[in-house]
Amino acid sequence: MIDISNSGRRNFLSATGAMALGAATPMTGARAQAAQTIRIGVLTDMSGPFRDISGPTSVVATRTALQDFGNRGFNVEVLVADHQNRPDVGVSLVRQWIDRDGVDVIVDVPSSGVALAVNNVVRERNKVYLNSTAATVELTGGQCSPNTIHWTYDTWMLARSTGAALVRAGGQSWYFITADYAFGHSLEGQTMDFVRSAGGRVVGSVRHPFPGTTDYSSFLLQAQASRAQVVAVANAGVDAINVIKQAGEFGLMRRGQRVAGLLVFANDVNSMGLQVAGGSVLTETFYWDLNDRTRALSQRVVANGSPGGNRPSMGHAGCYSATTHYLKTVADMGVVAAKADGAATIARMKAMPTDDDAFGAGTIRADGRKLHPAYLFQVKTPAESRGAWDFYTLLQTTPAEEAFRPMAAGNCALVRS
Amino acid sequence: MDLFGIPAPLLFGQVLLGLINGAFYALLSLGLAVIFGMLNVINFTHGAQFMMGAFVAWMLLEWLGIGYWGALLLAPLIVGATGIIMERLMIARLYKLDHLYGLLLTFGLGLIIEGLFRNEFGSSGLPYRIPVELQGAWDLDFMFMPVYRGWVVLVAFVMCLATWLVIEKTKIGSYLRAATENPALVQAFGINVPRMMTLTYGAGVALAAFAGVLAAPIYSVNPQMGSNLIIIVFAVVVIGGMGSILGSVLTGFGLGIIEGLTKVFYPEASSTVIFVVMALVLLARPAALLGRS
Repeated sequence: MIDISNSGRRNFLSATGAMALGAATPMTGARAQAAQTIRIGVLTDMSGPFRDISGPTSVVATRTALQDFGNRGFNVEVLVADHQNRPDVGVSLVRQWIDRDGVDVIVDVPSSGVALAVNNVVRERNKVYLNSTAATVELTGGQCSPNTIHWTYDTWMLARSTGAALVRAGGQSWYFITADYAFGHSLEGQTMDFVRSAGGRVVGSVRHPFPGTTDYSSFLLQAQASRAQVVAVANAGVDAINVIKQAGEFGLMRRGQRVAGLLVFANDVNSMGLQVAGGSVLTETFYWDLNDRTRALSQRVVANGSPGGNRPSMGHAGCYSATTHYLKTVADMGVVAAKADGAATIARMKAMPTDDDAFGAGTIRADGRKLHPAYLFQVKTPAESRGAWDFYTLLQTTPAEEAFRPMAAGNCALVRS
Repeated sequence: MDLFGIPAPLLFGQVLLGLINGAFYALLSLGLAVIFGMLNVINFTHGAQFMMGAFVAWMLLEWLGIGYWGALLLAPLIVGATGIIMERLMIARLYKLDHLYGLLLTFGLGLIIEGLFRNEFGSSGLPYRIPVELQGAWDLDFMFMPVYRGWVVLVAFVMCLATWLVIEKTKIGSYLRAATENPALVQAFGINVPRMMTLTYGAGVALAAFAGVLAAPIYSVNPQMGSNLIIIVFAVVVIGGMGSILGSVLTGFGLGIIEGLTKVFYPEASSTVIFVVMALVLLARPAALLGRS
């Protein structure tokens, strides 16, 4: 066990991450050991609204990836910090990690504002940035970087999967309840585009203050008065839970309106309960009960100490998958070379096909977009569910090559010809 | 029929919803006003105690199988008891000091409690269902009115009235008011003032927990549910006049309606409108609506 001290504010250390992976490596002093140690910084939300969709379970999922890399001739340490959903805090933690603690790779980073701020720092310092839990499509668009891979999902993918599918299923008229900040606006705008291009109509939208709105009944009443067939919920976390919970209370579903959470994770469904969420549709790129490999991975994550038995959802699975592929690449190119040049490591990662228990086989595009299928799920009703965490019925799979925004539309400087 | 460009039925619906939210503001600010009025302590732990009420309701159901009606009675008692312990151990030491000390202590305690719950239960919250008896909805002409929301308004109104009556019209209430004015004199009459203070704090906390149980079926039961509301509730208390029970209750309902209407005309401003009202009221009447100057 390697002991590291880390005095940063709310900066938790996870010595257990330093599993004795390099037990077979001959140790010739501390300096040699440092040169042979990969340091992974999991920057996440440990205390705010995104704790359950990232947070401690992301840390456990990252560590689960290390278990597959025993005896590869290098050590891996995992550091953890809480960015409190504040870009300034996130940036200073990452600077400190890179400059002082020798961190090589930043993983997870929910909350789009923090995610974009961290993107610049990692590029400046030429390290590796594997974003799993932020939604912003900018990471592979205007702000794409040679040091960044956006791993799990983005707003474009959610908009396409949920938006287009619901129009096809007969949802012709749409009303949006949207969080009044950058993430909400972009999710709303992209979904509207898909709805219109699939032949649907947008009959109205309302923007609620963020953060701090707890009662959505006024907005739901407006949505009800609009008589839209689909009420789309363009916010996340606790906000989405409250909207959907209260939509049930005000009888939107009973009166034949379809409520679609545009960004809802399995952990949110767990919190709402199937009584409330049953029947709604949503998109994720991972579900624990999808196949044998996802079931095995989820079991490992829970066994490794995911708090409260929290099952992994797509963000957590992304942390596992990204870390796995990164460590494979390190093993392939050598620790010293990987530590020396983040952009070269990312280039190598893009050149190698990915394959892991979370997403199966996949690839990484030149603009930093990891590609895998997107799944449209319907949430089970209490009568359909066979027990805890039995939540989803698969409605439709969008293949990897169609699931994400085409590279040419993203305006990423790395691939502009 | 349109009023200000909005269909009248929609507007009626919004006023009604405003009243419902106002009921929560009134109930929460009631506890705060009681505590401030009698103890001179600005209880920033109130939001956390509201949250504890909701969580205790959840625990009673999940761990002991005690449903909503039992929780409505037990959760305020349990959380009120924790309030009494807190008052005895910590808050009682601060009565002689400036308001600021009490504010800092209770604010810190609130953060600690919230953190502990988050650590144990996560942040996205726990499900809690509306009791069977109160499920369903009335189909009013202009809106779909959940039975549960009607129940909340009714209970909140009765609770506010009862508290006001106890404090203004009963003997215990008169002791309390006297003890606030001159504790030494009341003590000289053989009344145990410290114990009365403790019980008052416990009762204020129990009111917060009661509101928490009422909120559990409609809001997500999560650790930060109180901190979202507490700032608004403080504005309500300030507008109503610090310590004025009637002032907080009336302001609670009134601001609920103003907020509800803002959500129709200019939704983006709905979280700020209460503070705009607060600023205006304080400019015009520094002692606020019903405050003691």
